[in-house]
Amino acid sequence: MGRRVLLIEDEPNIIEAISFILSKDGWTVHTHADGETAVDRVREGVPDLLILDVMLPGRSGFDILRELREEAAPDLPILMLTARGQQRDRDMAEQLGATRFMTKPFSNSEVLETVRALAGP
Amino acid sequence: MRGARRIEYLERDTYRQRRLRDAARILPVFATVLFFLPLFWDWQAAGGIRPSVLIVYLFGLWAALIALSALISHLIRFSDTDESDAPTEGDDG
Amino acid sequence: MISFNLLILVSLAYVVFLFLVAFAAERRAKRDSGQWLRNPLVYTLSLSIYCTAWTFYGAVGYAARSGFEYLTIYLGPTIIMIGWWWILRKLVRIGKTQRITSVADLISSRFGKSTVLGVLVTVLAVVGTTPYIALQLQSVTQSLAVFAAEPGSGWDGRDFDSAAVWIAVGLAVFTLIFGTRNLDVNERHHGVVMAVAVEAVVKLFALVAVGVFVIWGMAGGVAEMLARIDAAVIADWHPVPHRWVGLIFLSAAAFLTLPRMFQVMVVENADEKHLATASWAFPLYVLIMSLFVVPIAVTGLALLPEGSNPDLFVLTIPLATGNEGLAILSFLGGFSSATSMVIVATIALATMVSNHIIAPIWLSSTQKGAALSGDVRGVIVLSRRLSIAVILALGYLYFRLSGGGGALAAIGLISFAGVVQVLPAMIAGIFWRGANRIGAGTGIVIGFVIWAWTLFLPSFGAGAVLSEFVMAEGPFGLAWLRPYALFGITGLDPVIHAVFWSIFFNTAALVILSVLTFPNPMERLQGAQFVNVFEHSAGARTWSQGAARAEDLLVMAQRIIGHAEAQEMFRQEARAQGIDGYLPEVTPELIGRLERTLSGSVGAATAHAMVGQLTGSAAVSVEDLIAVADETAQIVEYSNQLEAKSAEQDRTARALREANEKLTAISIQKDAFLSQISHELRTPMTSIRSFSEILREGEIDAEARGRFAGIIHDEATRLTRLLDDLLDLSYLENGQVQLDVGRGTLASVLDRAVMAAGLSDGRLVLHRDAAREAVVIETDLERLAQVFINLVSNAAKYCDAARPELTIRVSGDAEACQVDFIDNGTPLDADAQVLIFEKFSRLADESKAGGAGLGLAICRQIMESLGGEIAYLPGQGGPAFRVTLRRTVRMAAQ
Repeated sequence: MGRRVLLIEDEPNIIEAISFILSKDGWTVHTHADGETAVDRVREGVPDLLILDVMLPGRSGFDILRELREEAAPDLPILMLTARGQQRDRDMAEQLGATRFMTKPFSNSEVLETVRALAGP
Repeated sequence: MRGARRIEYLERDTYRQRRLRDAARILPVFATVLFFLPLFWDWQAAGGIRPSVLIVYLFGLWAALIALSALISHLIRFSDTDESDAPTEGDDG
Repeated sequence: MISFNLLILVSLAYVVFLFLVAFAAERRAKRDSGQWLRNPLVYTLSLSIYCTAWTFYGAVGYAARSGFEYLTIYLGPTIIMIGWWWILRKLVRIGKTQRITSVADLISSRFGKSTVLGVLVTVLAVVGTTPYIALQLQSVTQSLAVFAAEPGSGWDGRDFDSAAVWIAVGLAVFTLIFGTRNLDVNERHHGVVMAVAVEAVVKLFALVAVGVFVIWGMAGGVAEMLARIDAAVIADWHPVPHRWVGLIFLSAAAFLTLPRMFQVMVVENADEKHLATASWAFPLYVLIMSLFVVPIAVTGLALLPEGSNPDLFVLTIPLATGNEGLAILSFLGGFSSATSMVIVATIALATMVSNHIIAPIWLSSTQKGAALSGDVRGVIVLSRRLSIAVILALGYLYFRLSGGGGALAAIGLISFAGVVQVLPAMIAGIFWRGANRIGAGTGIVIGFVIWAWTLFLPSFGAGAVLSEFVMAEGPFGLAWLRPYALFGITGLDPVIHAVFWSIFFNTAALVILSVLTFPNPMERLQGAQFVNVFEHSAGARTWSQGAARAEDLLVMAQRIIGHAEAQEMFRQEARAQGIDGYLPEVTPELIGRLERTLSGSVGAATAHAMVGQLTGSAAVSVEDLIAVADETAQIVEYSNQLEAKSAEQDRTARALREANEKLTAISIQKDAFLSQISHELRTPMTSIRSFSEILREGEIDAEARGRFAGIIHDEATRLTRLLDDLLDLSYLENGQVQLDVGRGTLASVLDRAVMAAGLSDGRLVLHRDAAREAVVIETDLERLAQVFINLVSNAAKYCDAARPELTIRVSGDAEACQVDFIDNGTPLDADAQVLIFEKFSRLADESKAGGAGLGLAICRQIMESLGGEIAYLPGQGGPAFRVTLRRTVRMAAQ
């Protein structure tokens, strides 16, 4: 069984794309679509890597990131994804402690390489 | 509930005070008319009118007016927020 | 036998008793501000000085001569008293608020503090009252003469003259002592009032005693007495209408205008509420006083020899029947009536003479500014004492000159007729703001002249002042000016004749001149204050303190400069006076400081006027008024300007704030929109890019490839739709729309919209009314459908009810129709209602957004193009939108 990736994202097509790419590479991908319960989901079983979308229903990805960094998972590698590629978002992600920041649309290889770099064996 | 009843009471009371003032104003008018009444008696009638009748009438009327005035002035209140002295104040009718 | 010495002894003892009563009252008054004197009973009893010796002795004589006519003298005051709510209450209130000291002061004060009017009324009062004082002296000497006539009394005829002198001197002493003892600003005399009240009891008791004696002691009961009356000469009596009416009017008027009545009724009044008691108690008093008059008169006429003076029946009946004790009591009653009247009348007149004649003369004859308070006080006390002496001397002189002739009642009526000349000015003064000084003054002068000509001068007897020729033929043979038949009216009794003409011309002059001339500002101010006294004065203030009390000043100061400041100022002042922790004494320093402090807030003139009002110093002068008016006008204008300015500033600030808010909101929305656009564009592109990379790499099964290709296609469509919306919006906004107008029913458009909105999942329940939708419209049906689609799909997307329902309601008339889309979700809050149509807006819950929040913005643009509108419809229980459209299209501006 490969290493676990938790993907928090609400767009079904993007979930499917990322899951497909990572599964093919041997990762176990769990997905979660709701921002409000995302932190609880992380606490239930801390993954090896978290992929977090910024624009989520219920709660902003930045908010989730802040909370995770403050209490639940200070050391968990987190990859932020956003469709709003503004510098402001990038700065904020960095400030809040995201491990990596990636703008949509991304190339599949880019995602794969980042995941491997952050949570590779 | 208690408040509502109390307001109603005050309104009735105010109303009664106003009517008392009306009464205080009208009393001297009645007094004047009644004091002039003996002028219309038939003094030239045969035998005239006995003085005792006039005495009883005038003093009786006088005493009645005193009693009425006493009653009114006993019930009437001097309010500090005095009304304007116009006789047509208030909610007549 | 009653010896001279006994009578003198009794009289002296009685006088000493009165002195003691007066002294005691003064002492008590000094100790506790006369609280115990403030008693409705004392007030009522003091009013009884209306019943003078004229009443005590004269009423019986009057009844013996003119039957029941004597009653008119009491019926008039009775009507006034039970009608207290009309006139007396107002007079008393004015008296308090304006600090009126006499009738002359009332008239002078009402008509702009006119000195001339004050002098006029004073002269009138002195002329009208002097005979009355003489009358009292006469009654006392006559009553003494009755005892002297008794055999063995040891009296000498000369004693009467000296008796009159001694009585006058004795009264002067009493009046000097108690009338000027303390110079109270309110002219209240506790000792005098108390003595008068005691005398009222004595005279009532004496008259009732004589009455009881004649009814039960002599006649043997009420029924027997009535029978005797019916059998007496008086039985032939019948009323003379003009006299009956005229005398009731005269006595009522005199009751209001007699200086002594005004003194006890208004000036000495301690509490307005006492009037309420007096309103019935005083009529009761005079009723009792007059109840026994006829029985005494009838008994006297039957008992005493022909030619006996009926004026003295009250004395002569007890003497004739040997009841010496009753006779002495009766004498004391008459003595009381006479002395109390003289004392009060003298005080009232002396106040007038000194305030309106002597003081002004003295003040104008000395340099101004030298008037230290002690100086003025001394002068006023002196002038008061001189006035008392002069008035009593005048009364004595009149008594000596008139030779003690004439029936007592006649003099009484002449006196009444003189003083009632004040009545028109008094009544008009308190009820008619338009009455002015010229009218009042002229009226009084004319009334006074007519009274003198038709009644006063002839009263000295034909040939005494007016020659017999003038009396019979008129002056210079002018018959229409005959004193007893003015204008040829001969059918009236002289008294009624004089009263009628004098009051008639007096009133006419007052009214006509007041209508024709203009009052000065002071008159107008005073007129308003008098006539509207109940609006200007809050509550019945008592006269316990002449000067302002510290509490009053503090209350006023607090109103103007605020609680904390005023209290601090008073605290400091008290500390300076060495009475820390209490209210300060009202000293000139305090008043000066208060005035200065207040003037900072309300202006110097106003402060002066206000403090002056409270401290009872000079009221408002004309200069004060003008200054007040100026300051007020300035303050009003200044505050108006400030108000206008601040209103304008407010408006500008509000406009700026609104503009700023809008700009901020739009800017925030614009940022949000840009990132939203970014998100909306990048999300489908992400899927497209990702899946196309997957497909390019191959190594996937056919089924997955088909699905991935489908995703790519869907996302590309989504992108296209977004771009279409953006273009459409910019197109609509620039007004370059080409309308494709066609005809169709509303129902068909709605059908199409519902179908296109894709409610395939059947979650949303629709409520429609086919009948109402059968409306033919002429517009761009495609565009309208686009609006409807948007609304229906919004409802489908955003409705958060457990069982979503959408009601489409059509209403309207021939001109326009409204289509309402109401769903059962959570209504929008007020902010959202405003923002929702903005093109950059979208609701906070972004997850469900199918687009970039452009839908409603586009709808609004479309409806504008179609000449209709779309609006949020509040108060429907859920989100509701109303589309209003014309039945026939009106082309948009371009």
